[in-house]
Amino acid sequence: MFINLFCNERMKYKNMYTKKECVAMLLAGGQGSRLYALTQDMAKPAVPYGGKYRIIDFPLSNCVNSGIDTVGVLTQYQPLVLNDYIGNGQPWDLDKQYGGAHCLPPYQTALGAEWYKGTANAIYQNIAFVDRYSPEYVIILSGDHIYKMDYNDMLQFHKDKGADATIAVLDVPLDEASRFGIMITDDNGNIVDFEEKPKQPRSTLASMGIYVFTWAKLRQYLIDNENNPDEDKDFGKAIIPNMMNAGEKLVAYAFDGYWKDVGTLDSLWEANMDILNPNIPIDLYDPDWKMYSRNPVLPPQYFGENANVENSMVAEGCIIDGDIDFSVIFEGVTIEKGAKVTDSIIMPGSVIKEGAVVEYAIVGENSIVEKNARIGARPETVENRDDWGIAVVGHNQVITEGQKVGPKDMVPDIRKK
Amino acid sequence: MSLNKNILGLIFANMHEDVIPELTRQRTMGSVLFGGRYRMIDFVLSSMTNSGVDEVGVVTKSNYQSLLDHLGSGREWDMARKIGGLHLLPPFSNVTSGMYRGRLEALYGISDFIKASAADYVIMSDCDVITGFDYDAIFEAHVKSGADITAVYARSALDLDAAAHSNVFGIDGDGRVTSVLIDPRISGECNVALNTYVISKSLLMKIISEGAAQGHYSFAKTILQDRCSEFKIIGYEHKSYFSKITSIKSYYDANMAILSTENRKALFRDDNPIYTKIRDNPPAKLAIGAKVRNSLIADGCIIEGTVENSVLFRGARVAKGSVVRNSIVMQDTVIGKNCTLDSVITDKVVKITEGKVLTGSSNYPIYIGKGAQI
Repeated sequence: MFINLFCNERMKYKNMYTKKECVAMLLAGGQGSRLYALTQDMAKPAVPYGGKYRIIDFPLSNCVNSGIDTVGVLTQYQPLVLNDYIGNGQPWDLDKQYGGAHCLPPYQTALGAEWYKGTANAIYQNIAFVDRYSPEYVIILSGDHIYKMDYNDMLQFHKDKGADATIAVLDVPLDEASRFGIMITDDNGNIVDFEEKPKQPRSTLASMGIYVFTWAKLRQYLIDNENNPDEDKDFGKAIIPNMMNAGEKLVAYAFDGYWKDVGTLDSLWEANMDILNPNIPIDLYDPDWKMYSRNPVLPPQYFGENANVENSMVAEGCIIDGDIDFSVIFEGVTIEKGAKVTDSIIMPGSVIKEGAVVEYAIVGENSIVEKNARIGARPETVENRDDWGIAVVGHNQVITEGQKVGPKDMVPDIRKK
Repeated sequence: MSLNKNILGLIFANMHEDVIPELTRQRTMGSVLFGGRYRMIDFVLSSMTNSGVDEVGVVTKSNYQSLLDHLGSGREWDMARKIGGLHLLPPFSNVTSGMYRGRLEALYGISDFIKASAADYVIMSDCDVITGFDYDAIFEAHVKSGADITAVYARSALDLDAAAHSNVFGIDGDGRVTSVLIDPRISGECNVALNTYVISKSLLMKIISEGAAQGHYSFAKTILQDRCSEFKIIGYEHKSYFSKITSIKSYYDANMAILSTENRKALFRDDNPIYTKIRDNPPAKLAIGAKVRNSLIADGCIIEGTVENSVLFRGARVAKGSVVRNSIVMQDTVIGKNCTLDSVITDKVVKITEGKVLTGSSNYPIYIGKGAQI
């Protein structure tokens, strides 16, 4: 009797420390090539967003706020900034004895070494990591999107439906649907077909790149996919169609909050402007769904005698003595007297000197815009709208005194390479 | 340089609370808010971190809940360590009945902690001085001069009020402290003690046990003042920017002083970052119609009105039509619509409802207590 009891207790203990109900795998290896100069030296999830965050703060904070405390972060492209940023996961409360945040770069094995060949292959190569926690479910996330979402609700939906895979979908306007992976569902919300960027969309339910899988199922599909040399190693191109063709239960989970893919310069700029718009539901000040980030060690933001600042967000360590309107100013930025910044994003540590004008532009980290330089222009000043676009100054650049960077221009211009 | 310096840091969190009784009614001197996002203890503790003093004891006496909450494990100061790190030292009741009367008695209460430390030297600081101490240089000077005690001071012009809450040193041509005035009735330029001392552990232990045997409790009186000819007490002049809190007026002035970019640069040096507890607030938001001049506006603030010559702490709100001038607005204070505040200090989580007008004066700012609703 005593021995029995003891065994049970021991089993319980073992269970508690070897099992997680749900593990998150965050795909953060993407280059984000359409962000050009901004992702030359850092992966897209590490790109600054929203005055004091980086894109990856959103899925990481969502995980923690949803009660998911085990997150594998799959890195590959330019991982230095991202690895540093995530560190031991402490800023997100993900420094855990058991679980927590783990950066998972590609690695060498006895059979050789290979890069992550696609989203599915990245998870395949880390099956051992997931297995350590023996989870029932795995949630696949990407580090490319700005949104606040309770993954626990989605997980509950997956369980209630008895699904093998649940894909979060957003109802998008019909004219935008051809930019997304589109899910076609039956009346019960079961996914019956799937089209990647269709010319003539049959539905407006766009995949948000968030998947919940029953781990045992996914695990087998990943192995089969890996063993089939003809298949793409990708969720959208292989795993989802394979599961559908095999008759597994795939359901769509409708999400109706704010969600934005920040894959292009325009969408990154827009997503920053969205937080200045009180009518757009991405409230960063919500105490019940805090967004966490690695905080800089800087004194509070100072506004000088000549400052004129409206409709803007300004982060720690800034010294502002110029004019700012409709802009997002990251930590440690200096904007001198007589400088004008409107409809723009100034990333950490940059300096905008006296008399410089920055309009409809993104200025990267630690760049210097010298006196009387001009970056970007208002759309109405350009005759042909096709010639207009957001002007971009990359990280660690110097724009010399009086230099002009026209609308749609980029410094350095890596598009030509 | 800062490797293995072998120094124990001791910070006295409750000393000098009587100079700002309003602000210390519910907290220690060390946890009094300062400068938009800091607590007083952040300045000495960060200086210790930055000087490589990585074993620190924080000596508390009473009302230390907010201090414990602020410091936590010491992680933000890089002090959550296996070797050394931060130690919180609440009163040890069976020695001094918990309520020590002075520094010497407080030291007696923690003598086991000091004894257990492997350090050969002890640096002691209080929380009433806002500055970046260069403990490296202070320690180096201590070793070089062969002093028994190195006492840090600054040349400063005191008025009667400030002097009444300060110790003043007489220093001879060799830099030796020859006389000590405690809370003197004087004014003018003098050598003001910054309540920071370096002493060898062995001498400190000796002083502590002698003091306990004789029933002495004041370090300033019975060691510095009475025995300054016996001990070699050498003054170390602290030349960088500082403010010393001696009254609510000086507290107000010290906050206003860092609105000057020159002072801010002197206090927040690149080689001495000041760490504090992270609150994960979003950046400050200045809404349509906001007008902010010569002010510090910390993270999490939302400003819809006008703010001039003021220091706003994290999470403060100023609604439309309101004007805040020459004021200190602490954490999570909400100022409703169409209010006017001039020369006011609001403590944490104060709520000022619509249309209120509160006017103090710069030599006597109005103080509104924590959690008050007006």
